[in-house]
Amino acid sequence: MTEGPALLVRDLRKAYGDILAVDGLNLEVARGECFGLLGPNGAGKTTTIEICEGLLSADSGRVEVLGLDWDKEPQKLKERLGVQLQDTKLAEKLTVAETLRMFRSFYRERKTVDEVIALVELGEKRDARVGNLSGGQKQRLAIACALVGDPEILFLDEPTTGLDPQSRRSLWDLITRFRESGRTIVLTTHYMDEAEKLCDRIAIVDHGKVIAEGRTNELIDSVDLSHLPAPEPRRTSATLEDVFVSLTGRTLRDE
Amino acid sequence: MSETERRTLTDHPLFQMTLCRFLGFIREPEAVFWTFVFPILMAAGLGLAFRQRGPDKPHIGVVTSASSASALVSLKKDTTLVAETYDDSSGAKALRTGKVAVLVESIAGGVHYVYDPARGDAATARLFANRAIQTGGGAVETIATTDSYVSEKGSRYIDFVVPGLLGMNLMGSGIWGLGFAIVTARNQKLLKRYMATPMKRSQYLLSFLLSRLVFLVLEVLTLLLFGHYVFGVPLRGSLLALSAICLVASFSFSALGLLVSSRATTTEGVSGLMNFIMLPMWILSGVFFSSANFPSVVQPFIKALPLTAANDALRANMLEGASVAGVAPQILVLVLWMTVSFGVALKIFRWR
Repeated sequence: MTEGPALLVRDLRKAYGDILAVDGLNLEVARGECFGLLGPNGAGKTTTIEICEGLLSADSGRVEVLGLDWDKEPQKLKERLGVQLQDTKLAEKLTVAETLRMFRSFYRERKTVDEVIALVELGEKRDARVGNLSGGQKQRLAIACALVGDPEILFLDEPTTGLDPQSRRSLWDLITRFRESGRTIVLTTHYMDEAEKLCDRIAIVDHGKVIAEGRTNELIDSVDLSHLPAPEPRRTSATLEDVFVSLTGRTLRDE
Repeated sequence: MSETERRTLTDHPLFQMTLCRFLGFIREPEAVFWTFVFPILMAAGLGLAFRQRGPDKPHIGVVTSASSASALVSLKKDTTLVAETYDDSSGAKALRTGKVAVLVESIAGGVHYVYDPARGDAATARLFANRAIQTGGGAVETIATTDSYVSEKGSRYIDFVVPGLLGMNLMGSGIWGLGFAIVTARNQKLLKRYMATPMKRSQYLLSFLLSRLVFLVLEVLTLLLFGHYVFGVPLRGSLLALSAICLVASFSFSALGLLVSSRATTTEGVSGLMNFIMLPMWILSGVFFSSANFPSVVQPFIKALPLTAANDALRANMLEGASVAGVAPQILVLVLWMTVSFGVALKIFRWR
């Protein structure tokens, strides 16, 4: 069961009309790894991850998740993965527990509602309406919905975008705990600090292609700081931000 | 993959999804108002406005002059009409504004009636006035007549309008209930989120029909009990047949709601579509007045509308005691709408 990569993407292509969102992208994520897809908005991260989640079909290329093919065994695959989408709004009138109970009913192998509530630390909000939760709590609930099916691989699309620093940190803890249980995580982000903190390996995506890939710290070490503009006093070591600037000639925040 | 625990009924996805639809609905106070309270207020309002009362007496205007005095006396004596006196100009105005149906003027050797023959009540009023004046002048009826009055429950306006309101309510909650819930879920990317779970699409759609079923019982019961016990609206047909008609009608409108919401991604977009579909039926399908008032050329079209079929079947059952077999053509129309809408909706449904 644990042989082979958790996620394998080969020469993936997807176009929307004239716009090439994904242009020959390759990825390989090992089991038990936390892998980050890093890149500016519009780089093709979301399209790539949604193809991996079985929500979009690719124009060409190969995608294997947990050794399974979306075309052949979609139902079996859906049982084994957890998904958090970028802009899902859960039903506001339902409570946390009701929402989780419904999502839980879709799966065969699953955690109990109380287990996932404890995992995402929403115990106090168990019977609160979703509409009354803060942004950070809603996001933790979204991840709880992804965890309730006891997934082997978790896909997170910009899990902390728009959250305050405290909520981000609490989400990072949650993601770290999941990784420590030996499961695989694939996440997209445009925050450098997030990728540095969470990911074992990252791929930097731009214009639908992987332009750099490697272990997070090795990527940081590889960058040559000498030719970079230094608008403010430099820290002693490079950051992922520097990696990105040296690769693309622009900062992520410009996008 | 094996079951790791025994699944109870309440843990079935269909049960859970139906429950969530139900909870989502009853926690929306506006939706509860429009579904349950509004139809009752409507029935109560219409029932009071058109409550049973004596027949309207025709209003007769008399232009006062020396020679019209005897005619006035004769008219005043007749209790089946109301006689009012006017001078020349105010009499003409009363006729023009509809305060009186006929204006009586005295002319040499008799009386002169002024009225608009196109007004339905004016010709009758002229007959009333003429009879009173002739009788006052000494005319005698040569044939003896007697009358008996019939006032039967089932022929009043409230009896007509309650089945119509019921049909309208079934249509509204079927189309609105499904349409908004589905389009909101699509708009908020919830549908897409569900697509990333092992949830079965058929069960998702089925959960809407099941939750509709729960509301259907409540909706129909509140309106029928209110109509029956407050206004004495008859329930002459079998309740089983009535339930069957409501069920088929509700599923047919739900399928229509599904069709309406199968592509739209915004609630604004789907609102327009819903109004486009429902407005003609509110007017044409005989909710507040009989659809027989429309020209015969458009009758086949009106009869083919699902709300007309629902209203006709409900009235036939409640007022005339028709069985399911008795309303077979209407049931057929509803089943056709249901099958075609559901089939097309499934084909073109946008899941993301």
